[in-house]
Amino acid sequence: MTTTAPATTSSRPAAPGGAPRSRRRSTGTLLTALTWILAVGFFFPVAWMAMTAFKQESQASSNPPTFFFEPTLDQFRAVIGESGTYVANSLIATGFSTVLVLLLGIPAAYALSIRPVEKVGDVLFFFISTKMLPVVAVIVPIYVIAGQLKVLDNIWTLVVLYTAMNLPIAVWMMRSFLQEVPAEVLEAASVDGAGLLRTMRSVLLPMVAPGIAATALICVIFAWNEFFFALNLTASQAATVPIFIVSTMTSEGLFLARLCAAALLASLPVILAGWIAQKQLVRGLSMGAIK
Amino acid sequence: MFHPSGVRRRSRRPAPRLVAGAAAAALALAGCAGAGAVSGDGEQIVVAIVSNPQMQDAISLQEHFRAEHPGVDVRFVSLPENEARAKITASVATGGGEFDVVMISNYETPMWAENGWIENLQPYADATEGYAPDDFIPSVREALSVDGDLYSVPFYGESSFLAYRQDLFDERGLEMPERPTWDDVRELAAELHDPQQDFSGVCLRGLAGWGEVMAPMGTVINTFGGRWFDDGWNARLDSPEVREAVTTYVETVQQYGQPGAATSGFGDCLTRFAQGNAGMWYDATSMVSSVEDPASSNVAGDVGYAPAPVSETQAAGWLYSWSLAIPSTSESKDAAWDFVSWMTDQDYIELVGEELAWERVPPGSRLSTYEIPEYAEVSQAYAEATLTSMGEATQDNTMTEPVPYPGIQFVGIPEFQDLGTRVGQQMSAAIAGQQTVDEALEQAQAFAETVAATYRAEADAASTTGGS
Repeated sequence: MTTTAPATTSSRPAAPGGAPRSRRRSTGTLLTALTWILAVGFFFPVAWMAMTAFKQESQASSNPPTFFFEPTLDQFRAVIGESGTYVANSLIATGFSTVLVLLLGIPAAYALSIRPVEKVGDVLFFFISTKMLPVVAVIVPIYVIAGQLKVLDNIWTLVVLYTAMNLPIAVWMMRSFLQEVPAEVLEAASVDGAGLLRTMRSVLLPMVAPGIAATALICVIFAWNEFFFALNLTASQAATVPIFIVSTMTSEGLFLARLCAAALLASLPVILAGWIAQKQLVRGLSMGAIK
Repeated sequence: MFHPSGVRRRSRRPAPRLVAGAAAAALALAGCAGAGAVSGDGEQIVVAIVSNPQMQDAISLQEHFRAEHPGVDVRFVSLPENEARAKITASVATGGGEFDVVMISNYETPMWAENGWIENLQPYADATEGYAPDDFIPSVREALSVDGDLYSVPFYGESSFLAYRQDLFDERGLEMPERPTWDDVRELAAELHDPQQDFSGVCLRGLAGWGEVMAPMGTVINTFGGRWFDDGWNARLDSPEVREAVTTYVETVQQYGQPGAATSGFGDCLTRFAQGNAGMWYDATSMVSSVEDPASSNVAGDVGYAPAPVSETQAAGWLYSWSLAIPSTSESKDAAWDFVSWMTDQDYIELVGEELAWERVPPGSRLSTYEIPEYAEVSQAYAEATLTSMGEATQDNTMTEPVPYPGIQFVGIPEFQDLGTRVGQQMSAAIAGQQTVDEALEQAQAFAETVAATYRAEADAASTTGGS
């Protein structure tokens, strides 16, 4: 808003009120500069990671840092060659857990908003309270139980855990989206004779589709990036992409370029998913603000 | 407008589809639940190792193992040191059973053997033809044995020594004594130190952590006649010997050390020394694989090596070994031993030398390595210094008084990971100048005394039961 104000006024002949206008203009410039500084500051590490990924190991760790170099794809070649199983595991864990979260979370959110069950507040608090305990506090019991059930290093263990991990967030998010749906629309549908499933499929879901997209994306991001459970509960069969990233590190010798290449590739799917879902997402994330 | 009848008819359609979908998902879940347990062809073993360059070499040579043992399908889990240690400890201690072979060190081996967590490997080693367990460097073999039986076998071993820039010493007419003392190190460092040129006299670790600053500093404490605990399990970090040792270390690194010393560990010192910005560096003998590699070092060929600096003792070097053990929970112990023996055999050393490079041979495990002519040639500058340092790295040589724990640069008790890191934080703060050495040691003594109290109580309980 501040940046457009001078543009609209500049076409008019110079008026006596020049001082406040120029102050407004300088504030605008300052804000723009600040925005640039913040944006560059936040983006710099990402840009540095992307740049380092195309270096050789000796260039990546040189001091002072190398800015001009001949880019190489060696690191990517090595990373892609080794990461197959890890990517497959991450896809299974992320995909299945997200689908399960949506299958369980949307009906739960429905029962907490449109046709509320008793004591909605308590139920919601129960859901969110499961997120209050730090993961590190429950890892030992989970590890021991998984060990006794012989499901350590099994990707389906991660699917179950990621579903449980994301479910409370999904229920809360979906509930706020479902509450936006006007009761009149649902009433109209039921007057027209639509049953529960029909209402959900033809009326409710299209209306909250952006919300579902936003929820799904959040679940995908959390599951894709999850490190702690994956590190502790997997070994050779079920290890996911974040484990692959740390396995490129070593306490002796150089690893920065390889690490950056792995990290860059690992962040691509999430960026891609966000980019594809962008349109839905903007609507979904701002849905709560329409009222 | 909707047609009510039409709606009702169509509304039933999604239901069967949902049911079918759910059933398919359930089937998929049930069908794949055991995926982790299904092995490819033959017996499968899972090997957990630390992702250091020499271990990565072993992974790259696995085809040779497969060719020799077609019935064994070997899979690797390779993680950085801290993650690997945490994961392996958790798995072995709780009997998680994910791993058939684990890489541990001489810190864990005696404790885990006593707890019954790892297999006695002596019978396996004796029964394997040509394996020659007597060829392991004696100090390493002893550190990995309990009651004379090996519980893990060394993949590589290291001690500590003092690297110095031979070219600069020659240029300035300086001479490194055959067995330098810490006083010598300080004098030489003062001569070489030139902060204007971003050149520091010496590099010493300062990063908090039991495996970082406490490793070199621990050897200094030992050689000055200090110790963590005395025979009666009393914390002794308040003794004048420890105070003198820590003061020497802190003052040396503050006056003649690298900038930002309080946050620099092995890696930072390596970068600095390898780029030619330091005159001396006291650290692990394994540094040579990077320092002498022209691809990553500007000083390759210009470095001389002297034994660890001493004060009251004859030697001061530490002893560390990455070794392979078999957890008691493994269900494929014979296949696991096949792999362990392959990776720690003399033939493996030759394999690395011939397939990769003689510089990449894992050092410090076997005496015979140092008799291979090709290896002797590439390791001319450091082979003797490494072997001597390792040979001398026993408690008798590096300490003045007896202690109730195993280990040289560490105290071989489970509490030490925590204790060493806490004390390391205090030392790091002293190096940064945030507190005095006395303040740091007072706090360190309090931490150590807490640990000591539990051991005294245990000793009392044991003697009471023994007497009654």
